[in-house]
Amino acid sequence: MRGRVNFKVERRPIASGFTVFLVSLFAILAALVVAGIFFQIYGVSPIRAYQLILRGSLGSIFGLTETIRRAIPLLLCGVGLTVAFRALFWNIGAEGQLLMGAVAAAGIALFSKLPDPLLLPAMFVGGFLGGAVWGLIPAILKVILGINDVITTLMLNYIAIYFVEWLIHGPWKGPSARGFAYSDTFPHAAWLPTIPGTRIHWPTLILGLVLAVMMYILINRTKSGFEIRVIGENPDAARYAGISQLKTTLLVMLISGGLAGLAGVGEIAGIHMRLLGPSHISMGYGYTAIIVAWLARCNPLAVVVTSLLFGVIMSGGDVIKVSLGLPFQLINVFNGLILLFLIGSEIFLRYKISFLRSLRR
Amino acid sequence: MDSSGGYAVELKGIVKRFPGVIANDGIDLKIRRGEIHCLLGENGAGKTTLMRVLYGLYRPDEGEIILNSEPVQMTSPRAALDHHIGMVHQHFRLVPTLTVQENIILGLNEGTGPFMNFRKTREKILAIADKYGLLVDPQAKVWQLAVGQQQRVEILKALYRKVDILIMDEPTSVLTPQEVEQLFSTLRTLVDDGLTIIFITHKLDEVMEVSDRVTVLRKGKVVSTLPTAKADKTTLAKLMVGREVVFRLKKSPMKRREKILEVRNLYALNDRGFLALRGISFDLFGGEILSVAGVSGNGQNELAEVLTGLRKSTKGRIFLEKKEITNCSARDIDNLNVAHIPAERIRIGIVPALTISENLILKKYRSSRFSCKGFLNNKKIEENARCAMSNYQIAAPSYDTPIKLLSGGNIQKVILARELSENPRLIVAVHPTYGLDIGATEQVRKILLTQRERGAAILLISEDLEEIMTLSDRIMVLFNGEVMGILDAESADIGEIGLMMAGTRYEGEKL
Repeated sequence: MRGRVNFKVERRPIASGFTVFLVSLFAILAALVVAGIFFQIYGVSPIRAYQLILRGSLGSIFGLTETIRRAIPLLLCGVGLTVAFRALFWNIGAEGQLLMGAVAAAGIALFSKLPDPLLLPAMFVGGFLGGAVWGLIPAILKVILGINDVITTLMLNYIAIYFVEWLIHGPWKGPSARGFAYSDTFPHAAWLPTIPGTRIHWPTLILGLVLAVMMYILINRTKSGFEIRVIGENPDAARYAGISQLKTTLLVMLISGGLAGLAGVGEIAGIHMRLLGPSHISMGYGYTAIIVAWLARCNPLAVVVTSLLFGVIMSGGDVIKVSLGLPFQLINVFNGLILLFLIGSEIFLRYKISFLRSLRR
Repeated sequence: MDSSGGYAVELKGIVKRFPGVIANDGIDLKIRRGEIHCLLGENGAGKTTLMRVLYGLYRPDEGEIILNSEPVQMTSPRAALDHHIGMVHQHFRLVPTLTVQENIILGLNEGTGPFMNFRKTREKILAIADKYGLLVDPQAKVWQLAVGQQQRVEILKALYRKVDILIMDEPTSVLTPQEVEQLFSTLRTLVDDGLTIIFITHKLDEVMEVSDRVTVLRKGKVVSTLPTAKADKTTLAKLMVGREVVFRLKKSPMKRREKILEVRNLYALNDRGFLALRGISFDLFGGEILSVAGVSGNGQNELAEVLTGLRKSTKGRIFLEKKEITNCSARDIDNLNVAHIPAERIRIGIVPALTISENLILKKYRSSRFSCKGFLNNKKIEENARCAMSNYQIAAPSYDTPIKLLSGGNIQKVILARELSENPRLIVAVHPTYGLDIGATEQVRKILLTQRERGAAILLISEDLEEIMTLSDRIMVLFNGEVMGILDAESADIGEIGLMMAGTRYEGEKL
């Protein structure tokens, strides 16, 4: 046995909160190290790059506000996803649900002619419903016809993306947009207030924080939350206990899609004030939110922290584009790596690996 | 013989730990070449773990495996097969959609190049099958075979790989008494041919009937190894349990009350879409235990599922106290105060990651006792848990311990506490003591008898004939989804039941 590393793998009964935190931290660090290789390929020292990202996203008031602005849609989508994931519904479609929420809100802003004070509330309600409808389609397909939720939610993203494209190139193309593929600018009553000097549309931020708390209470303190947890932890036991999979799945996707829809409202009413190209509305928030929810281990309260972390990473993307001249897409590489290491690290939550000192006589 | 003094296998100081338990605690075991050696012990004594170590499925934390005087590293089942050790698991490792011969050569590099030579394989299989009385059609698909035949395929699989040592893990649990006889005669032929057989069991009769020597395990340690000829059932039972065993439970005479359950001409399909129940009819009265006996897979599980609303029937009617409940949902039936103690307690009876108190309200969380306006009342839930834990003597650190950390016996007590808390009218109990140690088994049986005394109607589905004989007032035997007959438990004869389990219809008077 000499010269061989001796180690033992043991099953862990239950990972403590501290272990989960530590393992997640190491997963992120590992992703940072591997992402460093890409910076090196571009001839940029990874240490310098990370310094710049941190300084750019947290080191100045402007950077900080941009980080928070990015965190808002991640928070809303992420909280919604935790609810779906807890019930074992693999909603990969927050991106599409966000867009459909934006479409519904834009429709109300552009065409409803509602009195001014009612306009924004109506846009939030409409945005919630837009996202919820987009979320309920795969829920119904799964429970009634047994169609795989990953595939339907993912495919519905593309339908939503091209639907938005069609709207802004076709019927909703604004006469005042001078040939660009935009809708007209919304009336002022449809603009969300921002914290002065920043792009933080605070009503959406507060909505996100309140919903995070509400969803935490929903999951842990209510009957519906109990049903969600039982279905998520053991679907067979849920059936045995007479818990309706249809009802619960519809509920979680109503919430999950609806919250993503609210994120869409925030983006168009708080940042852009018009409906525009899907990649401008979202920048992949719906996909990044999957990682946000996963890193939070599907705890809605923890999403507050993890969405901020990914806000840092996304505003870091602006920094590397501006200061280093590197493509923003590097951020997606980085996000992908984090998810990869995060999923890979799950094994350390289930098993304990202890190294044994080799026994030498 | 050689220097090993005729030992085929020697295990020295085997230690295997799992979180919170030491499954094997310094086990020494010597198996002689050409013997049938029984490993006897209660569930959880470490028999299967020990054999999985020998078969390369587990790596021991300490200890040595010695084959023919040489220490070996058993790194995988393939390594075990290379050393000519084979194992027939309690739950078969067969691919149901493949044929018998395909299963037998699975993983072997047979034939020439990429081509298989099924004719040659078939001849080889038939030769072995003939020699040992393991008749089975090599071209049949495995899913078409009865359980007993599938077991033959498992044995053939091992013999085809030319094993010298064959480990059998509780092989009789799926067989009728007659099939057991046949298996034993096969085993004797194998031993006459020079094979060594290690036979895991917790049934004393089998030890006495088939083995040459027996090793008794208790709580991960060897209690004793002795020649079967010098042993008797009482001593073995005492060694196995560590105290005197009372084989009888006190049972009061039946006080039959009003009719609770009426089942008429019930048909249902199994998961594969074949008829699992073919015209079942029976009545069940308050204050009695009606047992359902039968070889596993003859419709018992489907019957329990149809009665509790987890499976739809295709024909026939079910009445609970004159109210029709045919094809009602599980929730509706639960609301009518029907208890269901499910067969696979961990897979469907509990939510492992949730706490004891949460598992105790798995069905009752909807009632106004535990919730108000959609919110759960944690105080009431805790109170309920404290109460249940003391009433049913559930041993656990606290009510908010995740239930998966509990032993099988304590998990079953949580399920019983939950299901029986509302004094149900009908109790459907499926394998309620399966896998429990003797202490927990006794407790569970006593609880069922108390419920019977209270006047509940109990349908007990079990594969343990001893349990059926101990607890029941009447015995219904199922074969291939049909009722072979209903007997009075007082006068029932095990041989008669065995024949019925194999498909003979009861000729006596109808009950």
